[in-house]
Amino acid sequence: MQWLPLPTDFRGDLRAALAQVDAVARLEQLSSLSNRRLDFVQTIQLDQAVRRQATEGAATFQPLKLALLASHTVEHLVSGITVAGLRRRLLIQTYVAPYGQYRQTVLANDSPLLSYRPDFLLFSLSPQQLLASVPSTASSQDAAAAVSETVDMLKLLWTEARERYGATIVQQTFMNVAEPLFGSYDRIAAGAPVNVIARLNDRVVEAAAEQAVSVLDIARQTERDGLDSWFDRARWLQGKLEVSPVMVPAYGEILVRVIGAHRGLAKKCLVLDLDNTLWGGVVGDVGQEGLVLGEGSGTGEAYLALQRYAKQLRDRGVVLAVCSKNDPTIAHTVFRDHPEMLLKPSDIAVFVANWEDKASNLVQIAERLNIGIDSLVFVDDNPAERARVRESLPMVAVPELPDDPSQYVRCLADAGYFEAIAYTAEDAQRAQQYAMNASRETLRLSADSLDGFLKGLEMNVAYGVVGRVDLQRVAQLVNKTNQFNPTTKRYSLQEITELTADEKCVALQFRLLDRLGDNGLVSVMILKPSNTPAVLEVDTWVMSCRVFGRQLEMEAMNIAAEIARARGATSLRGTYMPTAKNGVVKDLYAKLGFVQVDQLSSTQQATHWLLPLDSYAPHQTFITRRLSVATAETEPA
Amino acid sequence: MTDHEVLDTLSRILGELLSADSLELTMETRRSDVPGWDSFNYINFIVAVEQELRVKFGLAEIESFENVGAIVKQIQRAKAR
Repeated sequence: MQWLPLPTDFRGDLRAALAQVDAVARLEQLSSLSNRRLDFVQTIQLDQAVRRQATEGAATFQPLKLALLASHTVEHLVSGITVAGLRRRLLIQTYVAPYGQYRQTVLANDSPLLSYRPDFLLFSLSPQQLLASVPSTASSQDAAAAVSETVDMLKLLWTEARERYGATIVQQTFMNVAEPLFGSYDRIAAGAPVNVIARLNDRVVEAAAEQAVSVLDIARQTERDGLDSWFDRARWLQGKLEVSPVMVPAYGEILVRVIGAHRGLAKKCLVLDLDNTLWGGVVGDVGQEGLVLGEGSGTGEAYLALQRYAKQLRDRGVVLAVCSKNDPTIAHTVFRDHPEMLLKPSDIAVFVANWEDKASNLVQIAERLNIGIDSLVFVDDNPAERARVRESLPMVAVPELPDDPSQYVRCLADAGYFEAIAYTAEDAQRAQQYAMNASRETLRLSADSLDGFLKGLEMNVAYGVVGRVDLQRVAQLVNKTNQFNPTTKRYSLQEITELTADEKCVALQFRLLDRLGDNGLVSVMILKPSNTPAVLEVDTWVMSCRVFGRQLEMEAMNIAAEIARARGATSLRGTYMPTAKNGVVKDLYAKLGFVQVDQLSSTQQATHWLLPLDSYAPHQTFITRRLSVATAETEPA
Repeated sequence: MTDHEVLDTLSRILGELLSADSLELTMETRRSDVPGWDSFNYINFIVAVEQELRVKFGLAEIESFENVGAIVKQIQRAKAR
């Protein structure tokens, strides 16, 4: 957890936080402690302090329920999970199934999970049971058969757990705790325990990918950190702890990364400092030719390694930006002309080099990209700059970069800011789309009027009902969208699949294309029957922040109104349920011509809106419609 | 380190684990004397003590400590080595 800064005075800070009179302020201060590098005792202390807090009214935190199903002791992991949740403003409540009873807990007709209703369900099994059934002399067929049996059992549990509890499933890989038996030949001997576990993990991960189950790869993590740091034989024998107490904070972190990614909390943009971060030396002082960068010296290669890693991130869809105290012309020139530079000007979506405060520059970068400030990671070698940004923008992730540039990449990679739960063609293009957006933004600044800008974009919307090929992306959008999301309802892939098969419901998807490119599948709307006949409920409506302010919400509503009318509806009903992040759609329904139907005396937070369809006049937009070919049967009559 | 200093450290660590600020252990304290000091917290306690005092207990020792005094003595022995 080297990327987190050490606490300055943990006890004092904890005491000060608990002394806060206001409950929300108390929670806020406790959660800021979670952004420090806490050892496991501190983690336990923070967990216990948080547990004693009332969390009602903490609207800027998201509650979430997790069930742990394990074949070994996992109670001690809960503190690490709570603290890692807090780090992402998630209030995670954890249910731990009775020791070893993972099968019974899933399959029992009176399972406690039925009333608990977990959002996430983790299977964490140790390999001992399987190993006991495979003799080290087993033939490769016998070993494979034993592995298959375990995989089939898991597949059954996943399916049942999904159907019964509607939870998102996370499967942990098997920690390879086996001792060498044949030595290096273990890799070849089919029955060697090390080999059996390795094959089991291969098969489990394949099956998980097929069934869209998320994976928590503890096997890989223990390889990276060293098995002995995670697995302490004495603790295993003493209490069947697979994870040593020392590693509880790290365990919570890697698990909640996966959970957070499902909730759209993975970071989106890597903002890089320049001098002594992307290259050695201060370019304003030593000039391009004096920089330490590139092949020839170890240090020069270290900087290059960070550039290469940033480039790899960009290629998988992470947006890159630059934020540097520098002369803009000089800084640009290095990107353009330095022969050893791996990052090119076109890799950087927003380039900010000036002498202003970095915190305000970061705010600007987020605005230009139209993403939340909490989606940024800021990498800077200068401890003073890091401290200042953490102070004024606590929601920005700022890794505690080590002094030695050779360790930069490891630090950034270990921090796991960009955890993914799926990888679609859309993701790969995202960095480019954000870069296009930033240039659209420039276009907007130069356009005489907003209308001129929108018209000049030559926008098209391609829409239709959600089809099989769209399911992954739709589930991702529904679960990750926090801003344009009036109800913030979350649906698992399974539930979405069921919704699309339900004739009473309509799940619509919208892609936005324009002169500069395809923005991809950017909006989903789910209409469901309401309690009132002939009134369709806008159950879910999400839109990517990439396309805010492009009139797509108006055109989408035009389309929805037509489809609803074609299905015999007389009105559409909308609900706005405020959260810490969806303020952008507070007035959405009012702007779209809905009338609020709540009684004025109503004290509840949610507001309800009605749109009569007989008098609906379509909104005028600059978006041309294109029906998706594959879904032509949904064309309104 | 005197026995007293070791005791203070052990008291503080257990107090942190059990959220009990004023917890005070004596050489005679047994696990059953301290509310909440179950086997689960005992493991955490042992690991935290090992980390903080840079000692390593054998599993057999961990399973046979009769009271806090035995832990203190074992720590002193390990430190003297």
